[in-house]
Amino acid sequence: MTDIATSLNNAAASETPEGGIRWGLVLDHAILIAGSLFMLLPVFLAFMTSTHEAVTVHTEGVQYLPGDQLVANYSTVLFDGIGFTGAVNGTTMMMNSMILGFGFAIGKIIVAMMAAYAIVYFRFPLAELAFWAIFVTLLLPLEVRILPSYEIVRKMGLINSYTGLIVPLIASATATFFFRQFFKTVPDELVEAARIDGAGPMKFFIDILVPLSRTMIAAIFIIMFVYGWNQYLWPTLITTNEDYFTLVRGIKQIIQVWVGAQIPEYSQAMALAVLAMLPPVIVVVVFQSWFIRGLTESDK
Amino acid sequence: MNKVRFGHSAIPYLFLLPQMLIVAVFFYLPAGEAVRSSFYLEDPFGFGSTFVGLDNYRDVLSNAEYRRVAIFTLWFTVLVAFFALAIALVLAVKADAVLRGAKTYRTLLMWVYAIAPPVAGLLGIMLFDQHVGPIVKLAALFGWDLRVGVNYHDTAFAMIVTAVWLQIAVNFIFFLSGLQSIPRSVREAARIDCRSGFRRFWTVTFPLLTPTAFFLVVINITYALFDTFGLIDLMTKNEPGNNPVTLVYKVFLDGFRGNDLGGSSAQSVILMVVVFVLTIVQFRFIERRVHYS
Repeated sequence: MTDIATSLNNAAASETPEGGIRWGLVLDHAILIAGSLFMLLPVFLAFMTSTHEAVTVHTEGVQYLPGDQLVANYSTVLFDGIGFTGAVNGTTMMMNSMILGFGFAIGKIIVAMMAAYAIVYFRFPLAELAFWAIFVTLLLPLEVRILPSYEIVRKMGLINSYTGLIVPLIASATATFFFRQFFKTVPDELVEAARIDGAGPMKFFIDILVPLSRTMIAAIFIIMFVYGWNQYLWPTLITTNEDYFTLVRGIKQIIQVWVGAQIPEYSQAMALAVLAMLPPVIVVVVFQSWFIRGLTESDK
Repeated sequence: MNKVRFGHSAIPYLFLLPQMLIVAVFFYLPAGEAVRSSFYLEDPFGFGSTFVGLDNYRDVLSNAEYRRVAIFTLWFTVLVAFFALAIALVLAVKADAVLRGAKTYRTLLMWVYAIAPPVAGLLGIMLFDQHVGPIVKLAALFGWDLRVGVNYHDTAFAMIVTAVWLQIAVNFIFFLSGLQSIPRSVREAARIDCRSGFRRFWTVTFPLLTPTAFFLVVINITYALFDTFGLIDLMTKNEPGNNPVTLVYKVFLDGFRGNDLGGSSAQSVILMVVVFVLTIVQFRFIERRVHYS
């Protein structure tokens, strides 16, 4: 044991010459700092540009330092009418993004937990079939069946409605798969104990399984919120009325007006971009350990 | 799996109902409809449709434009997946090696995960803008006249750079968690046996990381094929004519702009087959991964 410890120390020491600068470590940090800057710089420049006047950006190019138009640009984007008709503003779009993010995440978690519970904890004739019917949905992303999906939602009269926006997005089994994997790791003793105590399946689900899944629910919620907030193609098709625009969906429409103008309004466009990425970025950074756990465990 | 289960009752059916309903209406119905209409020629004025067998597929596959888009998609996918994986792997290995500031680096390298593809596309438009973009100015210093939106290859370059930038975070998260799940004892043994850090990585660490890498390859292919839609839509600025687009974007263009329902559906079905194969491959690797751990 001591031998191993000594040789380990030797091995470590051989890489770190006494007193000298550890060049390997310096290189490691240099690479990590370069990587961090590469990730950070585009968003940093976008933010700096969003604090300047459009004319400044047009004549001088993308800005590296803060300007004095922060309040002016962001209040224009948030409160003034923008877009083709000028009927929608950033606040409305942010509300719609919130509705989509929360609605999608909550809806998906409820539907998925219920389905996973039925599949894992019950023996019934159609269980196998139900399992496969649900998990085949993992095979085909929305993008490849986009046209007929749109037609169905249109025939149901759900264009320009929150239901049409949210519910079809729930039709993929990612969260169900995740909860199924998690429920399978829950010890069997809990079910037996619940049975001995005379608790039925409903009581077991609500009083034991749901509280037990708290961290998993949180992790899935973060992933699904970001996923919902960031949806683009589906909202682009389903919402033609600007009142239902989300920030991410609105971006292109508004860019066409701004960037296509005689003097491209990059500053306000970037203010809108910053608003569109701020909430999901905050959620991911603040809850990163939950989120990373949820993400890396969902694929097992 | 020998899970203790509850007996027969109405509860499982009730609990499954919402999921099954949504899946049936918004998944099976449209997927089936895509397959069906790929065998029909739809009248553009809505006066019914004619069964044409495999004609739509023949038209699509013999179309020079479609082949051009398919070849671009292939290059785009290979380059995006390769660079996003390679850069993320280097960063993850370094972030795993340092002790000081490890958490800060992790945060700085993963947060881009939260950015939507079209938003990334918008940042790309600005950074590659002909008049204000710093990247264009930088390229000019090296004598490269970068003309995004005008020159086909320059636009492709801008799209690939933006798509890689956006995907590094996801790969980084998975690589780092893969590295951290390698047991301490294995790392220490490797440290004793193999002095060279570079050789140690290729002979010990990388083989242990291959399950994660295979899984990520599939994830990155799917990303480049499908999730980049918003990025491409923004960066082509509504002028897909002379700009590079991917296969998924063409499904959308032909279906919604071109009103070619049959052709668009046939393209959808071709893509379905591609994703289907990819997912089967992915599931096989996930199975293997479980065996490893």
